[in-house]
Amino acid sequence: MAAPKKGRRQSAPGKPGRSLVFILIALVALTGGMFLSGHTTPRLGIDLAGGTSITLEAKNEPGQKNAINPDNMNTAVDIINNRVNGLGVSEAEVQTQGDKNIIVNIPKGSNEKQAREQVGTTAQLYFRPVITQAPGQPTPEPSTSPSSGTDKEKDKDKATDKATDKATDKAGSPSGTPTSQGRAVSEALKADPTPSASDKDKDKGGKKDETPKPDPATAKLQEQFTKLDCTDKKQRAAAGRGIKPSDPTIACGKSPDGKTWDKFILAPAELNGKDVDDAKAVINQQSGAWVVNMEFTKGGAKKFSKTTSKLSQQQSPQNQFAIVLDGEVASAPSVNTTLSTNAEISGSFNQESAKDLANILSYGALPLTFHEQSVTTVSPALGGEQLKAGLIAGAIGLALVIIYLVAYYRGLSLIAIASLLVSAALTYTIMTLLGPTIKFALNLPAVCGAIVAIGITADSFIVFFERVRDEIREGRTLRPAVERGWPRARRTILVSDFVSFLAAAVLFVVTVGKVQGFAFTLGLTTLLDVVVVFFFTKPLMTLMARKKFFASGHKWSGLDPERLGAKPPLRRSRRTTAPPAGPVDPKEA
Amino acid sequence: MSKLGNLGARLYRGEVGYDFVGKRKIWYGISILITITAIVGLAVRGLNMGIEFEGGAVFNTPKTSVSVAQAEESAEKASGHDAIVQKLGDDKLRIQIAGVDIKKSDQIKKSLAEDLDVKAGDIDADLVGPSWGDQIANKAWQGLAIFMVLVVIYLAIAFEWRMALAALIALIHDITITVGVYALVGFEVTPGTVIGLLTILGYSLYDTVVVFDSLKEQSKDITKQTKYTYSELANRSINGTLVRSINTTVVALLPVAGLLFIGGGALGAGMLNDISLSLFVGLAAGAYSSIFIATPLVADFKEREPQMKALKKRVLAKRAAAAAKGESAEAPESYADEEPQDDAVPGDAAPAVVGPRSQPASRNRGRGRPSGKRR
Repeated sequence: MAAPKKGRRQSAPGKPGRSLVFILIALVALTGGMFLSGHTTPRLGIDLAGGTSITLEAKNEPGQKNAINPDNMNTAVDIINNRVNGLGVSEAEVQTQGDKNIIVNIPKGSNEKQAREQVGTTAQLYFRPVITQAPGQPTPEPSTSPSSGTDKEKDKDKATDKATDKATDKAGSPSGTPTSQGRAVSEALKADPTPSASDKDKDKGGKKDETPKPDPATAKLQEQFTKLDCTDKKQRAAAGRGIKPSDPTIACGKSPDGKTWDKFILAPAELNGKDVDDAKAVINQQSGAWVVNMEFTKGGAKKFSKTTSKLSQQQSPQNQFAIVLDGEVASAPSVNTTLSTNAEISGSFNQESAKDLANILSYGALPLTFHEQSVTTVSPALGGEQLKAGLIAGAIGLALVIIYLVAYYRGLSLIAIASLLVSAALTYTIMTLLGPTIKFALNLPAVCGAIVAIGITADSFIVFFERVRDEIREGRTLRPAVERGWPRARRTILVSDFVSFLAAAVLFVVTVGKVQGFAFTLGLTTLLDVVVVFFFTKPLMTLMARKKFFASGHKWSGLDPERLGAKPPLRRSRRTTAPPAGPVDPKEA
Repeated sequence: MSKLGNLGARLYRGEVGYDFVGKRKIWYGISILITITAIVGLAVRGLNMGIEFEGGAVFNTPKTSVSVAQAEESAEKASGHDAIVQKLGDDKLRIQIAGVDIKKSDQIKKSLAEDLDVKAGDIDADLVGPSWGDQIANKAWQGLAIFMVLVVIYLAIAFEWRMALAALIALIHDITITVGVYALVGFEVTPGTVIGLLTILGYSLYDTVVVFDSLKEQSKDITKQTKYTYSELANRSINGTLVRSINTTVVALLPVAGLLFIGGGALGAGMLNDISLSLFVGLAAGAYSSIFIATPLVADFKEREPQMKALKKRVLAKRAAAAAKGESAEAPESYADEEPQDDAVPGDAAPAVVGPRSQPASRNRGRGRPSGKRR
């Protein structure tokens, strides 16, 4: 065996020690994080760990006789599924039962209260111009001025260059006298109902009266408004119930400081939840508070700019539009410029409640109103024995893999086994940590997928080892063989892993539910495969190549040139075999 | 094991090799047969879809002392379908059974009531919708279609369109066979099965890509030599990566076999069986198709190119000339269809020097190796 000559060009071995230290630090950090977070096992899906089962019953709303039909039920299932399983990794299950029930199963360890709030919310969203606003107590006289200045968050209009929005602090004082108040109301009620508003019957708001007549409906509304006590929960819920979006209504809403209630008379809805394209929870730069930013669809943006241009010319409080969610005013920002693409809901949000609301708004409103019929715990659908069997089988499979690798690769298998262990440790810690962070839950298919991933990970080592052995067969000594074999093995590993990752990425982006959860797991294991091979297997191999045991080609090292049938360098043998076609020179950096 | 190592070396150097590409008609035949069987199985027996896709009946029982496992057994006995049994709260049971309609549910209710020792009237029966609804299924199909298009584009760029096409055919072949086996065995299709199928999809392509990568490397300078035709080179690259293919397949199949025979066998039917069967069949088909289907297909496509046709002519002419000169038959047997094939490994007749040898420079770098050692 000729020693490698100095000065021969070869790809630099790099600093194997450094990457090894890096990966070990990562492992320690992940493990530490795991113990610190108090979650030392991955969250299990409902099939393995059981959880909570919520039964929702659709309620008949007045004026919606045939709303409870299979179509609406299926739409509701899809929307609830999106809400509880936004990323597809939480393993919640949603299905219909009978004609009017929906069962939602949520795995153990998820925030049950939050889930219950999320599944039951109808999320009917309307944008209604404000006509009158008053503090939430019953008003003897409509001329009282509101308790607190409503600190309106201004929406940044990204469509125009005007970034001159300041948070204005307008004390919305409703115009003084009852008569003018009444006029203001009927005036405002002349606003065109939105085309999207489904009004079959002629409502008062739709009429284009030239002269405002005292209107019985308006008077009735005014009366209701006067009596309304927003501090009373029952009244709050009842306010504006059963009123069509195309009709004016009364509603309650928390005042911006979040402590007291305001009440409103609202004009017919100009936009609804269908006009919202996307919603995100963000921190408002000026106030530093959590808000929900909504982006409108094309049509929604058109309607919104029409509405806001009209409103911006009004006096307070009629320059406000109320964002009404499930009959309650979430916020009522005032408008002083024309806005079009997005709006912001502010209120007393914290990060979680803002995220929840954004999530609910993103997926749209439920076509039906549901109420919780029952909440019970459910046992695992598969029972523990399936998981146990799976893990035992996986362990046996792993043992067989190790036996096979040892038999075939001898000493090299140490590197393979060490890499497999590192890979397993990384996978386990990351999956565990993803439980609390993104609600990642492991179901039985995912456990099986992880077991199959053993094979895919081991394949990378096999490709690399075979390359190195081929180089040794060419008559090279070990160190150059490792350095020459690596670039080609690396390319193969990257190309094939890219295909797997492409599958994972496409499926994750496009699909929902369980398929999405699978894609996530596949993507994670593929990435880890690349990380382990690059930062662990290769550096370890480089280090091992310096060890005498391997470098001298000990017969147990798995790299014995004799065994590999390398060509003895100085022997006249009458070989009749052809050399491999073409020069076998890897592209070296 | 040393034999294996040596075999690996000889495979690598092309001293020994199995003629995969030459016998491709046999492999195609086998595959077409299996695929037809699978399709017939699908058409005749159809797939037995689980409750997650189809919906079915749910029975909510009052408190009972019967265990989940016993309830599962009696529910399956009563309906002939797999049942999902869960404990609700305190000792109530929720039993879900696929493929049951209203008429059947009354009978099942009665027999359940007997088995569970409760009143039939106390069991609430209701129909449940699919938890794996149309939305999930449609989006999954959409995702698959987009992935297929992208992967074909990617492979066409990374390799060439012929390989992309061959990889796609191999993939469809694997999926068809797996689904067909499902239909024939009659296992219920659950979300686990679908996940298994998706895993195969990634793995089948992965395996094919590894072989193609070696093929691409081998055939880089193919037109600059006149020793081998494309098919022969393709065969060499299969043989060269054969050790890796066998090792990988063994390593991937061992854990799955563990799942299937140990996990599934010990427990009887269940989710584990569903997943591991689809994985086992799919992985085996994937390994088979990357060697026996995908690469021969690429060779078939390539041999249609004028360039490759010309090369084949040159190679054959050269061999003929060499034979006419009375040279010993050095060249490996050709794969031309019109010539009789013999699997003789090239003998070690005395090497005859024909013209200048084209040796890679790396061969004799400072090794003092006498030239003329190899041809």
